[in-house]
Amino acid sequence: MKFGVIVFPGSNCDHDAYHVISKHVGQPVDFIWHRDTDLSSYDAVIIPGGFSYGDYLRAGALARFSPVMNSVKQFAQSGRFVLGICNGFQILCEAGLLPGALIRNRDLHFICDHIFVRVETTDTPFTNELERGAVLRLPIAHAEGNYVCDDDTFAELKRDQRIIVRYCDQGGGVTDAANPNGSRDNIAGICNHNRNVLGLMPHPERACEDLLGSSDGRGIFRSLAATLAAVA
Amino acid sequence: MKAKVYVNLKPGVLDPQGKAIHHSVELLGFNGISDIRQGKYFEIGLDSALGEAAARESVSRMAREVLSNPIIEDFSVEIEA
Repeated sequence: MKFGVIVFPGSNCDHDAYHVISKHVGQPVDFIWHRDTDLSSYDAVIIPGGFSYGDYLRAGALARFSPVMNSVKQFAQSGRFVLGICNGFQILCEAGLLPGALIRNRDLHFICDHIFVRVETTDTPFTNELERGAVLRLPIAHAEGNYVCDDDTFAELKRDQRIIVRYCDQGGGVTDAANPNGSRDNIAGICNHNRNVLGLMPHPERACEDLLGSSDGRGIFRSLAATLAAVA
Repeated sequence: MKAKVYVNLKPGVLDPQGKAIHHSVELLGFNGISDIRQGKYFEIGLDSALGEAAARESVSRMAREVLSNPIIEDFSVEIEA
């Protein structure tokens, strides 16, 4: 299995993602410059966090027009796996690969903190090694993480169990107080209809070593690696 | 020829920036303000040879596909000779 980490001007979690894949997943991984368009040798690509194009216009809005994104769309349509983290989630929404949008946090602050999320479903390639209801401690670092969508989209996400993680307290209680940014229904991560594209606001790649305060993010990458091993 | 594009959050989409500005101007003593919503404004220079109808169509497409996110924002386009 081979992973790619897409690099836009302004990406800044690309090296974290690369490190996790090479060190913890133990698989080959390449950086993919945003002007490259050949993804044929990859099984999964990660769109990392950062501030692609300085967040100009809207977070993720300009990255969507990079040449690599057409390839990412085809890559996703072919059933291969795409994980967008933080700015990567914003880019996937802007590109129409995931529904809804991420707007300014309700209190306007850029939030850099550790939060808790609850795993809502294990029926995805990204969470199948986790337990439903498991509480993960992960870092967030964003100003535009407030997930919004219309009522029809929300009903569909709920019905199809496409809400993958929700902000919660330490005990797993999904409360408004545990919602850092005002996201609808405490949504912290969703997947697409075919379940092969996942967007997450929290950073699992920054939570894979106890030295960094949490290793709870490993389960996401362990799940993806197990999925890829099974289809290989 | 010039195009002016206004992009605003749709009614009902939370605008915390507008709320913060509203709060600040009230602190400064401005009264009778019921709401402030913050948007974006673009000025786009256009080749006059394009003609108004074609310019409007082109700029509207630009506004829909790039300048706004139709999930959360509305836009309007004005063309000036």
